[in-house]
Amino acid sequence: MTNETPVLEANDIVKELGKGAGKVMALKGVSLKLVPGELTLLMGPSGSGKTTLLSILGCILSPTSGDIRLAGQSTLGLGPEQLAALRRQHIGFIFQSYNLFPTLNAVENVRIALDVLGQKGYPAAARAEEVLREVGLGHRLQNFPNNLSGGEQQRVAVARAIAASPSIVLADEPTAALDSENGHAVMALLARIAKEQNRSVLAVTHDPRTLGYADRVVRIEDGKIVGEERRPEGVNSPEITDLTKKRRKANA
Amino acid sequence: MILTLAFRNLFHDRIRLAVTLVGILFSIVLVAVQLGLYLGSSRMITNMIEKTNSDLWITTFGAKSFEEGGLLLTPGQRHQALATPGVKAVIPMVSAFAEWRKPGGGSTRVAVVGIDAEDGGLQPWNLIEGTWDDIRAPDAIAVDRSYLKDLGIEGIGSTAQIAIGRVRVRALTEGIRSFTQSPYVFTPLQRARNLLNMDGEKGDKSTFFLVQLEPGANLETVRLALQERLEGTDVLTKAQFRDRSLGQWLFKTGAGIALIGGALLGILVGTVIVAQTLYSSTKDHINEFATLRALGSSGSYIHKVILAQAGLSAVIGYTLGMIIALLILYLSRNSPLPLVMTPGLAFSLFALTLFMCAISAVSAIMKVTKIDPATVFSR
Ligand SMILES: Nc1ncnc2c1ncn2[C@@H]1O[C@H](COP(=O)(O)OP(=O)(O)O)[C@@H](O)[C@H]1O
Ligand SMILES: [Mg+2]
Repeated sequence: MTNETPVLEANDIVKELGKGAGKVMALKGVSLKLVPGELTLLMGPSGSGKTTLLSILGCILSPTSGDIRLAGQSTLGLGPEQLAALRRQHIGFIFQSYNLFPTLNAVENVRIALDVLGQKGYPAAARAEEVLREVGLGHRLQNFPNNLSGGEQQRVAVARAIAASPSIVLADEPTAALDSENGHAVMALLARIAKEQNRSVLAVTHDPRTLGYADRVVRIEDGKIVGEERRPEGVNSPEITDLTKKRRKANA
Repeated sequence: MILTLAFRNLFHDRIRLAVTLVGILFSIVLVAVQLGLYLGSSRMITNMIEKTNSDLWITTFGAKSFEEGGLLLTPGQRHQALATPGVKAVIPMVSAFAEWRKPGGGSTRVAVVGIDAEDGGLQPWNLIEGTWDDIRAPDAIAVDRSYLKDLGIEGIGSTAQIAIGRVRVRALTEGIRSFTQSPYVFTPLQRARNLLNMDGEKGDKSTFFLVQLEPGANLETVRLALQERLEGTDVLTKAQFRDRSLGQWLFKTGAGIALIGGALLGILVGTVIVAQTLYSSTKDHINEFATLRALGSSGSYIHKVILAQAGLSAVIGYTLGMIIALLILYLSRNSPLPLVMTPGLAFSLFALTLFMCAISAVSAIMKVTKIDPATVFSR
């Protein structure tokens, strides 16, 4: 599993944000590979550059320098429309605040992700219902976001992210707005998506409850990757210990 | 899904939708009324010219309109015209304002139209009582029923005086109204001459000659030949005379300019209102558009949502606007200047509404073009 070819590869990414006096170097040379079938957690303190990295991996932001390779193809020099095309073909997004369309019901919220891909009509509607059932919302198909709980809304968002069968799913703090039970449910769902559907899932989080679901944890601090741990092969529910802290202690 | 999203965005904020629709509705009604008046006036002005059966009009040099041609064309000129190759018939016609003395006292101005039906230049139309034959009786005239009150008479059998001559109503028409607000009085050619013949010199003169061509004759060749032969006249095609009359009444008087100006103002106000509401709606839904963009929608997909919103507003606004415009039209049917709506005008108004809404969408589209999809993470 670990030596599969990466679907998404970031090489030495530098990103400057802001202008003039407010200029910040949010990423200072980050390299990262995502392979299919794995749930990777990106952890780090607030302001460490997690969201920036996720945006760049998701082809929403372009790096100041460095290279992103998506499905073997470099994104260097691509324009906004070409990047949008890459996003809709390869990447599913999940956001902290769900970002559902308040005027569309659950099925329609999922269908819109298929619609931008040109998948329309009955097959699209059937596919939308299918993924909603997959995430356990078969009984909420016609509900509008304001009639769904936070956990249900995030599950609609997960359904929307996977409806078009992307090879990569990127989630920014997907559990931050959820209570413990719903947080666990969403993380279990993400792990299942990685395993059963053989997708690369990367979730940004600083929620320690999510650790148990990870195949791999990448730690970022101040725009740099400072550590990476992997769940040992064959272990079902590993305690991934915080190696970063140990290393720091050792260094001190 | 584009239409679904546009529809939901539109109906999401009912108050804004109402403002949008009122804006479009206001525009449509204003433009429909202005152009309806314009069309109504044009029709009235050119009605008499359209109804004549002629290829060319010979008028006194510089005659401005149907009612203002004077009584100057001579029988000699008529014979010259008849002798022109390609000319089949030259039908004399008289048209002039005259004073109508009401039987009960007081007077008003009328437009006397004298022509002989058997010449085939102008067949009677819209007759509701009496026949053209009846008008050949001594003193007989035909007037439009809608002017009976203005003329101070009851109907068939009523008598009055035009200039110095006695007249009796023998036939009535329905809906032949005059833009000058001077009612038309129809009578045979020679009686018209006699009625208008106050100084005794116009007994054989005419206001117009209606020229009918031989089959196969070239209109422009004959027109130039006639113009060459007949000094002191204008030889015009039907279309040229129509345009000249319209120019006289609608543009020299400024009435047409005012009507068209009013219509333009309506379009402008409507566009501004729709642009405003569409822009604010787009701003309200900007997060959703950013999400769409993050999900990988193309720029044109988002533009289509906004255009669909504009288009839906246009269709709804147009429908409501037309209902009101048609109501006004109905209410105006008996007024001195009834509005006119034609399928062409209705279609043009729809095209105009769509165009107006499309223009209105420009600012909203410029707004979404600037969306940074990265904002989806910072909420
Ligand atoms: N648009 C921006 N302009 C300037 N600085 C920014 C912008 N977005 C983020 N930053 C800065 O970049 C750094 C990384 O931000 P971010 O990636 O959002 O961190 P995280 O998601 O880990 O909290 C922070 O210092 C933040 O203040
Ligand atoms: Mg963040």
